[in-house]
Amino acid sequence: MAREEIGKSEAAPASSLETGYERLGFWARIADNDVTYSFLRSPLVMAAAGITVTFILAAVFAPLVAPFDPFDPTQISLWDGKLPPAWVQGSNPAYFLGTDDQGRDLFSTILYGGRISLLVGFAAVFLSMALGIGLGVAAGYLGGWFDAFVMRLADVQLTIPGILTAILINGIARSVLPIELRDELAIYVVILAIGFSDWPQFARVTRAAALVEAEKEYIQAARVIGLRPFIIIVRHILPNVLRPALVLATIGLALAIIAEATLSFLGQGVPPTTPSLGTLIRIGNDYLFSGLWWITLFPALALVTLVLAVNLLGDWLRDALNPKLR
Amino acid sequence: MLSFIARRVLQAFVVMAVVSLVSFSLFNFVGDPVNNMVGQEASREDRLQIREELGLNDPIVIQFARFLGNAVQGEFGLSYRIRRPVSELIAERIPATLELVFVSALVALGLGIPFGVYTGIKRGTFASSTVLTVSLVGVSLPTFIIGIGLIYLFAVYLGWLPSSGRRGVEEIGWWRTSFLSIDGWRSIILPALTLSLFQVTMILRLVRAEMLEVMRTDYIKFARARGLSEQKINYGVALRNTLVPVITIVGLNVGGLIAFSVITETVFQWPGTGLMFIQAVDFVDIPIMAAYLCFVALIFVLINLVVDILYFVIDPRLRLSGGR
Repeated sequence: MAREEIGKSEAAPASSLETGYERLGFWARIADNDVTYSFLRSPLVMAAAGITVTFILAAVFAPLVAPFDPFDPTQISLWDGKLPPAWVQGSNPAYFLGTDDQGRDLFSTILYGGRISLLVGFAAVFLSMALGIGLGVAAGYLGGWFDAFVMRLADVQLTIPGILTAILINGIARSVLPIELRDELAIYVVILAIGFSDWPQFARVTRAAALVEAEKEYIQAARVIGLRPFIIIVRHILPNVLRPALVLATIGLALAIIAEATLSFLGQGVPPTTPSLGTLIRIGNDYLFSGLWWITLFPALALVTLVLAVNLLGDWLRDALNPKLR
Repeated sequence: MLSFIARRVLQAFVVMAVVSLVSFSLFNFVGDPVNNMVGQEASREDRLQIREELGLNDPIVIQFARFLGNAVQGEFGLSYRIRRPVSELIAERIPATLELVFVSALVALGLGIPFGVYTGIKRGTFASSTVLTVSLVGVSLPTFIIGIGLIYLFAVYLGWLPSSGRRGVEEIGWWRTSFLSIDGWRSIILPALTLSLFQVTMILRLVRAEMLEVMRTDYIKFARARGLSEQKINYGVALRNTLVPVITIVGLNVGGLIAFSVITETVFQWPGTGLMFIQAVDFVDIPIMAAYLCFVALIFVLINLVVDILYFVIDPRLRLSGGR
């Protein structure tokens, strides 16, 4: 069932090649595309894309946008701690969204925190994509014991939800590291933990797609002219299985961002000295009962908005790339 | 039928074997178990003696066999931190987790199925698109944020419900239950709601998608042509046909509930197995981590097995094709 769907979606662009499509320039080709058309037709998706891009830009240019540097101790003073947002009584207008318990400007800290959240999200998805696609394509094309081994491994890992695997890998990796390196390497540990917890999805999808591709004539032709399996996999099969993996990656990005926030919230992620959005929410949660709602609320809003936007994009991409739904 | 079940059982055993191998390597490769048990002051002789007592000087294969033998009996040794048998600790905390999961599953089904049917039948109305949008937000909300939000609203702002902990617990034998007192119910509401929200949206979307599929089929057209009432078509014919995938997903999600209870229990300081696991990870309490891993895997494997068999019983098409 799934194999047929993927087979069909591959057939769609091939037919448009004959209508002079390739003579169009790069931008004209993008403008003439079905996906672009469906994008421009949906204001909600455009808004989601806008929000996602804004978040990414804000994260990349955080040092330029943020009014304060939350990592510079000379700019932080405990006297300014726990100040409410600018529109509440008792605030300092310099700190628009107020400050956290240590006197860090909340707006700046959220910008830098979003940076860590996005960095971890992208890196983790990239890792699980690379792992999953690599193993999946190889398993689908080579078959035999390698296929059986990889897929059984994926089955076993899928038995346990990703977040639990991530907590476990993260916990073990932290306990193996010497204490003085734990905080310093925490972010890489988190990336590894999330990346390793999400690869089976990618492996399953690409394996199914690779199985379909491997039967096609051009692959047989490539085999007949004596290309090595490695070349066939990389040059011919890989480009044709990327599309379903890309859709998964968008949804995977949202999941990875949530996973990072969850780990950090549980106190297993990045340390409070370089807070991510999840760490900030954790800090804020300790002060929720004292009425300091802003330390939790604003990072949580940022996180939810980002994840919602990415999810919307993923949903749309899945539908737009699925010719059956057009 | 028999070969199908046999194959699934075999698969379950393979999964459990791999998981127990992972648990076993936790013991051996993460830190020195003796160091974890005795602290800094112990003398060299003491350490050597403990090593010998724990059987850490035996060949690795024998150690693994012993580990398996103990694990099958539910024996995972002493917790490094609390110094009590892990099996005892888990048994103490299982009721809290299971009751939480049970209530959440009920909430998820009670909300998910009716809303799913409604949005599936009344397509494109304002009410159903509102429900769908809200459900998308629900999928995007991380569990812990839902929990914090509910705590702030109902415990801090309105002050109606307790913010954390498990109060009003009564004992029935060794099982400590929240179901027998008002306080117990009051403390289980918020965590159960938190845990269920994600499942509600999953079930809602699934039921809706299945309803849309089914409504297009010929037998629904035929039912209409026969002049059956809408009520009868929607709930008698359509809903029943959507239930196969719903059962699968709900079944599999019970496992997901147990996993996500780690987060919910931490937010609400609910004294279940999930909170115990997170505390164990904090202190690198390997016996508890290993036991919890095996425990969760076992539950998942059992649920998978039951769902597979149920699926087989419900869907006659699978029976014809021999399960493949």
